[in-house]
Amino acid sequence: MAKPDHVHMFVDPRRCIGCQACVQACTECDTHKGESMIHLEYVDRGQSVQTVPVVCMHCDQPTCAEVCPADAIKRTEDGVVQSARRPRCIACGNCAVACPFGVPEIYEDRKIMMKCDMCYDRSSVGRKPMCATVCPSQALFFGTREQIEQLRPMSEPVNRFQFGNQTITTQVFTMVPRDIAQRAPYVDVTSAMAERPQGRAVALKVVPHPGDAGARDDWDPFSEVEVSRA
Amino acid sequence: MREREAPAELYTRRADAEQISIAPDFRPADEQPAWRQDFPIDWPQDRYVERRDFMKFLVLISGAFTAGQFWIAGQNWWRSRRGLDPVHRVATIDEIAVGATFDFRYPGQHDPCVLVRLSESDFVAYSQKCTHLSCAVIPRPEQGTIHCPCHDGYFDLRSGRPTAGPPSRPLDRIVLEFRGREIFATGVESRTT
Repeated sequence: MAKPDHVHMFVDPRRCIGCQACVQACTECDTHKGESMIHLEYVDRGQSVQTVPVVCMHCDQPTCAEVCPADAIKRTEDGVVQSARRPRCIACGNCAVACPFGVPEIYEDRKIMMKCDMCYDRSSVGRKPMCATVCPSQALFFGTREQIEQLRPMSEPVNRFQFGNQTITTQVFTMVPRDIAQRAPYVDVTSAMAERPQGRAVALKVVPHPGDAGARDDWDPFSEVEVSRA
Repeated sequence: MREREAPAELYTRRADAEQISIAPDFRPADEQPAWRQDFPIDWPQDRYVERRDFMKFLVLISGAFTAGQFWIAGQNWWRSRRGLDPVHRVATIDEIAVGATFDFRYPGQHDPCVLVRLSESDFVAYSQKCTHLSCAVIPRPEQGTIHCPCHDGYFDLRSGRPTAGPPSRPLDRIVLEFRGREIFATGVESRTT
């Protein structure tokens, strides 16, 4: 059994609402019950509530497997980088340090590395991974290229990442706005780290309760919302 | 009838056969260092065992077993050539009261043994090495047992046979000989049951 070649994972961080449904669904998986392999990260906790789900990107040049001294991380022929082989893993943590996406995690109590394997028990029989089945905003989408092109006409799937001098192509796609993707068909992670999100100040005025003194019936509360560049 | 010939490279293995993972420098598999073939990232290559490797494994393992047989035979031959055990004077009968124990070394300086006087005329002597993991055993003449404190093993004092705990083999018995009122150790009797 193997993951079908025509279906892929698409991650669209802009659609993530931080609801943690993917984390809960991942926790319920029987192959690693009670532990979530998906990381829901805050982009910039101090400035924004924006979250981004981090699944294993299943690199074509898996850095975790390159650095593994115990030869424990293997990739099946359908391109899925599997969790550490239990008899081989020595829980040294090289993979956790080396992975540019920060995916592998060391479980010190069990002396093993575990990571997202695209729910191999599900995806290898043609089902969607747990996270993609529950995501309410479809920030995590599992399907064909045609489906995602139809659903997201303004975005383009990109699977090339630049980390300094290291170029990585992945099996998992990330959705990039089409105009940006056509200029630069890759994600330059290192240079993006210095970027700060453009802040917006949103002001909501206090509106009198209907019936109180000074209240008007034709009051549109949203007309008082002010959005300005910070 | 036209003869069909198999291509010459039919059975030569290509380094990039079924390979899906790419090395970080993006160079093709044939230009990669040799260790990459020994530690492949892809599952199919990792599980692949060449017939030649399997044969090497078989020959080496069976060779090791054969060498082991010769090693055992050599040890047996060496033991049979060692000759008789030495005769050591242990003590005089008068030195040991009834129910008392006496420590001595036999046959070498690093083989602790213990002698127990059971009655006026009964003496037993055993090697102090427990047959489980070679801890020093302690005789308890008042209980008629020999105790090993390491894992709570018990031996019968009269026969040296295990009665409780992990040991399964009797203690090595020291053969005693009496010359007048002196006690001599003349041999070690290793038993399996």
